[in-house]
Amino acid sequence: MTVPVRANVLRCARTDTNDGSLRALSVMLALSMLAPPAAAYAQMVQEDPGHVAPPPAAQPMPPMSMQEMDRVMDMHDDPLLAMFKLDQFERARGDDAYSTSWEAEGWIGRDFDKLWLRTEGEHENGVTDARIEAFWDHAFASFWDWQLGARHDFGSGPQRPLPAIHGLRGTWAPAHRDWAAFGVQGLAPYWFEIEATAYVGEEGRTALRLRAEYELLLTQRLILQPELEANLYGKDDPARGIADGLSDFDFGLRLRYEIRREFAPYVGVVWVRRFGDDDALNTRTGSDTQVVAGLRVWF
Amino acid sequence: MLSRRYFVQGLALGGTAAALGMGRASSAQAPRPRVAELSGTQFDLDIGMLPVNITGAQRVATVVNGSLPAPLLRWRQGDTITLRVRNSLATTSSIHWHGIVLPADMDGVPGLSFMGIAPGSSYTYRFTVNQSGTYWYHSHSRFQEQTGLYGAIVVEPRAGERQRAEREHVVLLSDWSDSDPEHIYATLKKQSNYYNFAQPTAADFLRDAQASGVGAALDRRAMWNRMRMDPTDLADVSGYAYTYLMNGVAPAGNWTGLFARGEKVRLRFINGASMSFFDVRIPGLKLTVVANDGQDVEPVTVDEFRIGPAETCDIIVTPDDDRAYTIFAQSMDRSGYARGTLAPREGMQADVPPLDPRALLTMADMMGDMAAMPGMDHSKMNHGGMDHAALPGKGAEGSCGANMPGMKSAPALQLGPGIDMTVATPRTNLDDPGIGLRDNGRRVLTYADLHSATAPISADTQREITLHLTGHMGRYVWSFDGLKFSDAEPLRLTHGERVRISLVNDTMMTHPIHLHGMWSEVETADGEFLLRKHTVVVQPAQKLSYRVNADALGRWAYHCHLLYHMEGGMFREVVVA
Repeated sequence: MTVPVRANVLRCARTDTNDGSLRALSVMLALSMLAPPAAAYAQMVQEDPGHVAPPPAAQPMPPMSMQEMDRVMDMHDDPLLAMFKLDQFERARGDDAYSTSWEAEGWIGRDFDKLWLRTEGEHENGVTDARIEAFWDHAFASFWDWQLGARHDFGSGPQRPLPAIHGLRGTWAPAHRDWAAFGVQGLAPYWFEIEATAYVGEEGRTALRLRAEYELLLTQRLILQPELEANLYGKDDPARGIADGLSDFDFGLRLRYEIRREFAPYVGVVWVRRFGDDDALNTRTGSDTQVVAGLRVWF
Repeated sequence: MLSRRYFVQGLALGGTAAALGMGRASSAQAPRPRVAELSGTQFDLDIGMLPVNITGAQRVATVVNGSLPAPLLRWRQGDTITLRVRNSLATTSSIHWHGIVLPADMDGVPGLSFMGIAPGSSYTYRFTVNQSGTYWYHSHSRFQEQTGLYGAIVVEPRAGERQRAEREHVVLLSDWSDSDPEHIYATLKKQSNYYNFAQPTAADFLRDAQASGVGAALDRRAMWNRMRMDPTDLADVSGYAYTYLMNGVAPAGNWTGLFARGEKVRLRFINGASMSFFDVRIPGLKLTVVANDGQDVEPVTVDEFRIGPAETCDIIVTPDDDRAYTIFAQSMDRSGYARGTLAPREGMQADVPPLDPRALLTMADMMGDMAAMPGMDHSKMNHGGMDHAALPGKGAEGSCGANMPGMKSAPALQLGPGIDMTVATPRTNLDDPGIGLRDNGRRVLTYADLHSATAPISADTQREITLHLTGHMGRYVWSFDGLKFSDAEPLRLTHGERVRISLVNDTMMTHPIHLHGMWSEVETADGEFLLRKHTVVVQPAQKLSYRVNADALGRWAYHCHLLYHMEGGMFREVVVA
């Protein structure tokens, strides 16, 4: 390195900008007067690869607690967040009736532990069959969470509407049920989203709910979503019109268009099958094919 | 989709000038707003808010002295620099001098270096600059860098540049979003592929099946789907949210750097983006790379280079024709680009090339060396199963490749809620330009091409520390060795010791890892010194080693410079004592 400093400064000035050549000239003169002989710098650079260890801090940080440090850093690698997702909110036309149904979930929590709420239900001709669930959701494996919580069934269950008498429509007495719940949810290989929850209720009742869904991207915004759900019960519950064994099973195929990721109208078909003794349970047993239209929203 | 086009291209006269009502639409010949430039040894910087309009929507940016990007600071090697930084924001702020070797209390990381700069107060940074080259500065507080607090630093060498040029320009690349960064971070936690609009679709499958047969197409899909991995996962935040800027100017604004025919022009590229890698080329010009991360390298001539967040790269070009040349910096996921022009006069422009096709991640990105092992024909392997133990006569494979649920191999780290994959046999080659640049017909720079012009600081090493870059894409959790910052103990180095840090990338993303305070001297796979850097890009399933001379006392930050990865936990404290 035998670069004359004067030439260097000249080059810098020229490199700098293409305005203010007078100012550049004066800076150049000033610097060349201040600058030590070129040979000294050439020597310095040869000996030093441009690295000098820094001196220690003049004002080292005082010791502080982890909480205090966290507050000062203002980084949050485990933030408290909340999400609400109305997965299905739809109007369905079945073989002989219209109904409205919903399926929603929400959570508040951190990366690995959340308070998880889930609700689903159906309302048809004054009869409501619905449930709400609350879980402590804990991530225990790469793609799996366990959920521990409770479920509350409300409405009168999946019964047939009472026949109208003299123009008055009667309703079934509500038959609420409470359950303790434990389940897993997660992502199975091939991107199947799985929920499997077991329930234990009063009077020795037991139940199992299984749900699987998949998202098939036809385009980046047009998404076909097949979904399977089955409910099984340990014993029948005539007050809610539920048979033991496999009580109901449905398969839905919904096609949504994501106007935004968070906002998607959809249409679909749902095939519902209910099992049990029709007369004994006053239940709409048998199969029903529904055409649905609805909205999916999350935030 | 007019609005979409404006969003990608931005406004021609956008940015701070338009927002301040200083638009120069009246005169097409008027010079475009320039980034302010400050030089000397005494600097007064004021951090504040500024209304800006980049895409057609009014937003508020975080700026220094009313400038987006922050003013270019010109220092001279050997000078003692004093910077009085005043915080006019309503929240605590900070400035980190990225790549500058300085005392720990001058490093600008709240909680490690100092307490941050409280609203309305000032902090005086003072340090001697012994190095030269292209660096940059940015906020280290919350999401202020995402909203504009970044600027260039050029340190003039006392003895002159090794590689001379007759003119120079700083080209500072960044990504601007109209969305609040808090919202982007929360959205990634809720749906990590939210910004990916190139996910595999049924139509892609049909095309693939038509091209290579249903069986092969199914096999390919099955392999990725079984492991719940997405081969299109190249960028967490894409052009859906970002408008890519060059010196604060959107593509439509066409930032222009002037040259005179035949001049050697030094371009100091800085990637100040929050989350975006850029692939840079100037069609019609050969790029002679002369420095990387501020450090001179033996000149190497290429057509194109990739620059990760926080890296800098100096090139020299010699435009011989009296015409405009496009500086084209496409994002790694090909969802957009930053663009500007080198021209002999203002107001000129050249063709803007189309975005390259978007590449898919490969076996090598997932399994490292296994995909390249000789004598193994992966096209005949049962990728759908990935259950190596079930393959007769392939016992040797039990210890190689990626480890994911459903695969039986010896994991280096346990999979768990925060780790969705590990790589047992990472690749160590440095001659890979990276996903999307392989075999593109152009000569693309790799780390193997870069040789520091100076000797290493550490002639050898005394011990080796292996750290795994880990994460869970779906949960959007990031870490070193599976431990997020808040769960991890600091990494402790003894003052004066020389260590080798080996990073193993157990994810399918490319991570730019930045160690504060000390240089990272990258080695070849054989342990030879290659390149002195401050930010080291580690590709998926790659193992990369560098020497660190623990000559800087104090507490230092060590993190991924993808800012939402840093925020999400890929951050460690390094203590040198």
